[in-house]
This record gives sequence, C-alpha cells and structure tokens, in this order.
Amino acid sequence: MPDAPPASPPPAASPGDGDGSAAGRRSDSHGATIELEALTKRYPGSGAPAVDNVNMEIRAGETVIFVGPSGCGKSTTLKMINRLIEPSGGRIRIGGEDVTDIDPVRLRRKVGYAIQSSGLFPHMTVAQNIGLVPRMTGWRKTRIKERVEEMLDLVGLDPGEFLGRYPRQLSGGQQQRVGVARALAADPPVLLMDEPFGAVDPITRDHLQDELIRLQQELHKTIVFVTHDFDEAIKLGDRIAVLRERSHIAQFDTPEAILTNPADDFVSGFVGAGAALKRLNLSRVRDVEITDIPTVTVDTPLQQIFNSLRASGTSEILLLDRNHRPYKWLRRGDLMRAKGSLARAGTLVTDTVTRDATLRDALEAVLTDSSGRAAVTGRRGEYIGVVDMETLMNSVHELLEEDRLEALEHQHDLETTRSAQTHAEQEGGDAGGRKA
Amino acid sequence: MSFWEYVRTTHQQLLTDAYQHASVVFQCMVVATALGVLIGVTTYRSAWAGNVATTAGSMLLTIPSLAMIGLLIPLVGLGVPPTVIALTLYGLLPVVRNAIVGLRGVDPALTEAARGIGMSRLARLLRVELPLAWPPILTGIRVSTQMLMGIAAIAAYASGPGLGNEIFRGIASLGSANALNQVLAGTVGIIILALLFDAAYVLIGRLTISRGIRA
Ligand SMILES: Nc1ncnc2c1ncn2[C@@H]1O[C@H](COP(=O)(O)OP(=O)(O)OP(=O)(O)O)[C@@H](O)[C@H]1O
Ligand SMILES: [Mg+2]
Repeated sequence: MPDAPPASPPPAASPGDGDGSAAGRRSDSHGATIELEALTKRYPGSGAPAVDNVNMEIRAGETVIFVGPSGCGKSTTLKMINRLIEPSGGRIRIGGEDVTDIDPVRLRRKVGYAIQSSGLFPHMTVAQNIGLVPRMTGWRKTRIKERVEEMLDLVGLDPGEFLGRYPRQLSGGQQQRVGVARALAADPPVLLMDEPFGAVDPITRDHLQDELIRLQQELHKTIVFVTHDFDEAIKLGDRIAVLRERSHIAQFDTPEAILTNPADDFVSGFVGAGAALKRLNLSRVRDVEITDIPTVTVDTPLQQIFNSLRASGTSEILLLDRNHRPYKWLRRGDLMRAKGSLARAGTLVTDTVTRDATLRDALEAVLTDSSGRAAVTGRRGEYIGVVDMETLMNSVHELLEEDRLEALEHQHDLETTRSAQTHAEQEGGDAGGRKA
Repeated sequence: MSFWEYVRTTHQQLLTDAYQHASVVFQCMVVATALGVLIGVTTYRSAWAGNVATTAGSMLLTIPSLAMIGLLIPLVGLGVPPTVIALTLYGLLPVVRNAIVGLRGVDPALTEAARGIGMSRLARLLRVELPLAWPPILTGIRVSTQMLMGIAAIAAYASGPGLGNEIFRGIASLGSANALNQVLAGTVGIIILALLFDAAYVLIGRLTISRGIRA
C-alpha cells in the first residue's frame, strides 16, 4: 500500500536538464504540483466537449489515479497535461509554472510518459531506448551509460543481460518495465501513465504494480495514472479521481474515503460490489494484531509436546521445522495417534503470510488453511505469530468505522470551508480574484 | 564467330559500356532516392498530397521510355542529359510510393510515444519514422533499380551511355554476322549488372536495417 501523501510535500525541485546535478543518485527531482484549471477539450467536429471544465490540484509527490468508464475522457485529460492533446481552454500549471503556452517539447522533457503498449522503439536496443531523452538533452556519453544501467536496475532488470536486447526480445512485462525506465530516465518530476499495465497478464500486472509502489516510495514523483480497473486504482493511488462522462469529477478522494463513503450512485456503481472486501487490500497484516500460539520444534520430545499442549489450554499447537519455519498443525487427537513418531501426524501448513501481505491475502490464507488461522512469517519464512478469523473481522470492523468517521469529518471540513468561502465572497463583494 | 569469341574480342568495349551503364543507373538512383524520400516525407501526412504524388508518379511511368527520351531531346539535346533526366523520373515512383506507405505504416502509438517523451518533429522523423520506414523504402529502391537497368538501354537511342549501344548496334545491323551476338551481349550484360546490384542491396539491407526490425 502506498504511503499516505507526505504531510508537507517535498519542495518541487527545479527540473534542471543540465549536466551538473550529482550522478549516482536515482532521483534529484522530487515531484512537482500539477494544477488543472477549467481544462476543456473540444474535438473538432463534435458538439459536446470530450473534457469539460476540469479543475484539479495534484500535490507534489502524490500518486493520483483517474478511473472511469471507457470514453469518459481519462486519456484526453491526461494527454492535455503534457499537451499531446492541446487544450481548447483552461490552464495547466506544473510546479507553479504555467505551461499552457510554452514550447511543448520543453514541457515534455520534464514530464515522463509511459503508455499501454510500452511504446518502445523496435529498431533501438533497450539501452538506446532508455538513453534517448538524456541524449537529446545533451548529457555526456558516460553519464548516459551510467543512467541507463541505474534505470534498468531500478525497474528490476539486470543491465548486463538486457542492455543490448531489442524490444521484440523482451516479454510484455519486461517491455513495460523498460517503458517506465525510459519515462524516468531524464528524472522528470512528473510521470504520466496511460493504462501502462493494461496489456499484460494479471500476475505480471500484480508484479508491476508492486514494483511501481516500491519505485514511488524511493522516488516521490508526482504520478498521474489512468486505468479503468478500480482494484488497480485502490492499490496504487494516494488519491483516486472517479470520472464520469466528459471527465466530470464524480469524486476525488483517498481510496479509503471512496470505498466507505462513495459520493453518489455513480461512484458506488463504479466501486462495485464488495467495498468491504476491497478495503482489505488497503491494510497489511502488520497493521493488525498478531497473536502468539504455543509452538514446538521437530526436535522436541513427544512427551514435552504433550505437556505444552496441555499447559497451553488450546487444542492445537504449531510444529516448526529446524529453521523455525511453520511446518505442521498438531491437534490433541493427532498426538494420541502419533504412537511415538510425528512423521505422519498432523496437517501440513499450506499457506503462510508475511507481515507485508494485505489483509485480503491473509483472509485467503485463513480460509484455505485447515486450522482456520494463518501463520505469519518473517523475511526468511520464520514463525512470528498467527492471525485468525476473529482478529481479521474485528480489524475490518474497526477500519471501516474509522474510515466512516474520517469521511464524515472530512465532509464537515469541506462544508465549513465552503460556507466560509461563500460568506467571504458575499462580504467582500469582490469575486474578481476567484476563478469563474 | 561464336558468342564467346565475340565477347573475348570485344570485352574492352563491353566492359566500358557495362561500367557506364552501371554508373548512370547508380547515379540516377541516388538522385531518385533523395528526391523520392524528400517527396515522401513532405507529402505522407496529408492524404491528398500523398495521393497526388503517387498518382503523378504512376502517370510518369506509363509514358513509354522511348517517347519520353524522344520528347526530352528537343529540350535538353542528345547524350547524357536526356538519359539522366528520364532515368531519374522513372526511378522516382517506387521510392515515393514505398516511402509514403512506409511512413504512414509507422505505428501511431510509436509516434505518439516519441512526441510524449519530448522529441521534436525533426528528431521524430530522423530517429523514429525514417528508420522504421527504411525497409520498405529500400525495397522501393531495389525495384526502381531493376527497372532502370532495362530502361537505361533505351538511352542509347539518344546517344546515351551504356550497354544499350551494343543492343542498338545489333538491331541496326540485323542479318550481319555479329548482330545477334551484339544484342545478346548487351542483354546478358544488363542481367548480370542487375544481379550484382541486387546482391549489393541485400548487403546494404543487412548493414542498415536494425536487427530489431529485420524480418
Ligand atoms: N481524436 C479524436 N477526435 C474526436 N473525438 C475523440 C478523439 N479522441 C477521443 N475522442 C472522444 O473523446 C472522448 C474521450 O476519449 P478518451 O480517449 O479520453 O477516453 P478514455 O476515458 O481514455 O477511454 P478508454 O478507457 O476507452 O481509453 C470519447 O468519447 C472519444 O470518442
Ligand atoms: Mg484511454
């Protein structure tokens, strides 16, 4: 789960293209703010605008997801940010600078762009693709080479193996990684992604999403990400903008708030069934109570196992292997039948979860494990504790309750500021400074 | 005199003719390629302009070569000029057409990606579109060259250079002892030249088409 947006956004570094910045660090420029003001796109020949009067403020270092039904204008809105599509009206500001009228080539150099089909140039090697933007901005050869290797490393590809390959020699998921590496190569403060993981299989997509989360924790770019997959939005977004036709914002809020308090029927329709289940994706096992249960190891004498089971007052005990990893669940009956050897007794532990697993994974494990609980393991698979059904249920109830309170408070805040604004406007009678 | 004897006794003349033939075709192809790609690049983005260019090229190609040279003689005189002009014009069409097809065939997602990462119009053209359109353009050049090999023979009619002279001399003296040998020598020479050029194009293709898009 992505961290909450930083309380005080990191200062928007100047997006210098120059050669002077320290090499060796992966990112010198943290995210920049993006402000969209009355942004509108009217395609020639069509009556209604495709994007109608969008106002949005995106904080520096934040990941914002646009979701909405097909054709609602997500891509059009996104592409207006780097002016691949020229707006018919409104302003765009990045890091406070009005970029609506600057040279689009200059604008795009500080806005990374990654698309669904990866958009890699098939006639260039991986290294050439990634090094393209740095080369155009006049970096030195050695620095480009370093940067390319660093970027490959960043997206989890071994430079030695992949540098010289052509895109067609890569799998879909690898192409997508290289696409992201290229978008980040010149260290832009802003990254735009249009359904980047739309064309890969669900397992690879899951991996790529995890990678993006990890990457973002390291880089703190401002990311605007388009998808029509609400689960993807929940997983990746600090905030989600649910868009309806003509890019009208139905709700723009944190995943938690949207799940627990959808603004209207359109949003709840889009959230779909099982909001509570989806909420499980937003919390990790480390956030809930992990209980301890009696354990023994395979080297423990049988009699001692009996004793600890009796002493614990539970009907079950967890047998660990020599590396302290969960191995088998032993019940009283199993021990009775064991007849001196544990080789055949008990049921194997089939599914464990780590502390980083989502509660949804934990629930899955609890439901499949024969004992009705799941063992939690550490980095090397060693036993830490267990989560059970009851803990999970209580946590989810608590979470939902918290979310609801927060959403109410949030709503209350909004109303107060809004009424304060109206009040101020009426008082001053001068709305000249405000946007119409 | 047998054909081989004929070739042996006149090989000096034949080699000179062959060299001139190859030379004029090569030079005209260079000009036709440059012009053809330029026309392709300036017209492919507009449906209208592209079609005009292709249609004009096709119409040029329907003019019989003899007539074209005949029409050029009063304008530019005899010898090399009408030959070069005619060959260049004929060589244009396949290059223009394939350049337009090739450039239009570049995946729009790629050109958008190129724009998206901040490539200027010129950089997009030189680094993305032309390299991707290069295989069909090279095919066009190859087709043009084959065609020009034959058409260049007609140039002898306007006292142009090349193996056509051999053929025309033979035709003019039909019935004489060496007439057939002359026509045959000219024709075989042209075929051999065409094969050599083709081999060269295969080599050029290997060297210039990126491994990433080679079939
Ligand atoms: N070049 C264009 N000319 C005219 N209309 C267009 C053009 N591009 C998009 N549109 C229209 O604008 C609207 C928004 O399109 P857009 O591509 O932004 O949708 P989207 O939300 O990205 O959809 P999807 O999820 O299917 O990608 C659509 O109704 C579409 O038909
Ligand atoms: Mg789209």
